[in-house]
Amino acid sequence: MNPNINDKDSRKIVDIIQSYAQKHSLWVLAYGTGCGAIEIPPTMTSRYDAERFGITGRPTPRMADVLLITGYLATKTLKRVIRSYEQMQSPKYVIGFGSCTINGGMYWDSYNTIKSLDHYLPVDVYINGCMPRPEAVISGFVKLQEMISNGTANGWEKYRDNLDLYRSQQKEVIKNWQMPDYNW
Amino acid sequence: MSFDWIKLLGFIVTPLIASAVGFTYMGLSRKITARVQNRIGPGISQSFIDVVKLYSKKTAINHGLMQHMGPVFAITASITTLLFLPVIKDSIFFANFSFRGDLIFLIYIMVFGQLGMALGAGQTGNPNSAIGVSRGLSQMVGFKVPYVMALVAIMIHAKSTNLQEIIAVQDGFRNWMVFQMPLASLAGLLAYLGYMGYAPFDVPFAPAELASGPPSEFGGKYLALMMTSRSIFTFAKLVLFVDVFFGGASNFIELLIKTFLLYLFALFVGLVNPRFRTEQSIQFWWKWPTAIGALALLLVAWKG
Repeated sequence: MNPNINDKDSRKIVDIIQSYAQKHSLWVLAYGTGCGAIEIPPTMTSRYDAERFGITGRPTPRMADVLLITGYLATKTLKRVIRSYEQMQSPKYVIGFGSCTINGGMYWDSYNTIKSLDHYLPVDVYINGCMPRPEAVISGFVKLQEMISNGTANGWEKYRDNLDLYRSQQKEVIKNWQMPDYNW
Repeated sequence: MSFDWIKLLGFIVTPLIASAVGFTYMGLSRKITARVQNRIGPGISQSFIDVVKLYSKKTAINHGLMQHMGPVFAITASITTLLFLPVIKDSIFFANFSFRGDLIFLIYIMVFGQLGMALGAGQTGNPNSAIGVSRGLSQMVGFKVPYVMALVAIMIHAKSTNLQEIIAVQDGFRNWMVFQMPLASLAGLLAYLGYMGYAPFDVPFAPAELASGPPSEFGGKYLALMMTSRSIFTFAKLVLFVDVFFGGASNFIELLIKTFLLYLFALFVGLVNPRFRTEQSIQFWWKWPTAIGALALLLVAWKG
């Protein structure tokens, strides 16, 4: 008899295939809010060629797996980011890009930007730097791929389970919340 | 009528082979595009990985019954199109449903998938989808005219509406329809460029300006179904054009070579061309390809 049959860590063959596919096919919705958006075209095009790793850009949140938030978020754009994130189909991942998503960066004392992204959305991977170069962006994606194959990239589960907490924190900064409770 | 087990097996095997070949061609096209743009590019199996990932998505949101049914209509039409094609010449296993009037039937059924997709995309309520659908259907009106003219000319020339008899007419390399009927073939191959949806005729799906058009609101399993449908339909289109213009294929290797060269033709035209606006592409098809197709029809009618 297989000793691993009731082992919690054993994974079924379907899970292995699925996580392999999820790891090697990351479709990115690049939310180009701040100056960080300038680093996305070189990452995707001939010079650094992120498509080698199965990373391609997608135009709509429905198709995308990764929400790439490039730079600072004003409270006004945070609303759009939340809508985009909730429209994505799980499993979905968030990558915070640049210092602005970590601690506010050079906008640390601004009155209308958020300081730390993971109060509002579950961030799986942070890429620090101002700006991070394309090599750093690709290393962030590779880190995300490692987390997917380990099964630790479960920010979307965290968001689903703690929706009330996230929602209350979002409503603290978005005063005029004129959206449905969940944006399908 | 006795029940034909070989044929039943053929019905099951043909769509599987078609989707495998279609996904491989899509992966190869991404690799070739990358090499043309001086990149390394993804592996050939990238399309398989993408579609497995889409099928393994845990949620799939739909906005109503029609969006649910749209991809199903599309994949039904793709498999039906494929099953009425004689994939390999004189093979019972791959002849499937091919019957006396199959070419006329194919002209009709090949529209069905796009109509189903249009209905599904219409219900999503996304303005990009609606614009994409209107552009796609307008383009279809454009390229269907030279396409049908070319096919009718060939039907008159071969005195048959059966694909297997049309293949039988083109026995040997010099009797291919491209050499027997050069004008009709030219019109048909220009219409084929529109069928494949690569540039310069990719305005319905333009990702940068329309957020990918009709499928913009489809995610997860719906998108996976659409991709599967597209892979099967790509293979079916290639087989149809190989059967009509390039003398069919007597074995699987020949089929792969011919279809891949035909696929490369559309891909390379797409790689070096910018994008037409909708009215520009309709003007293009209603000018030269239609004129060439009309000339081919006149010639074949005059010859009797």
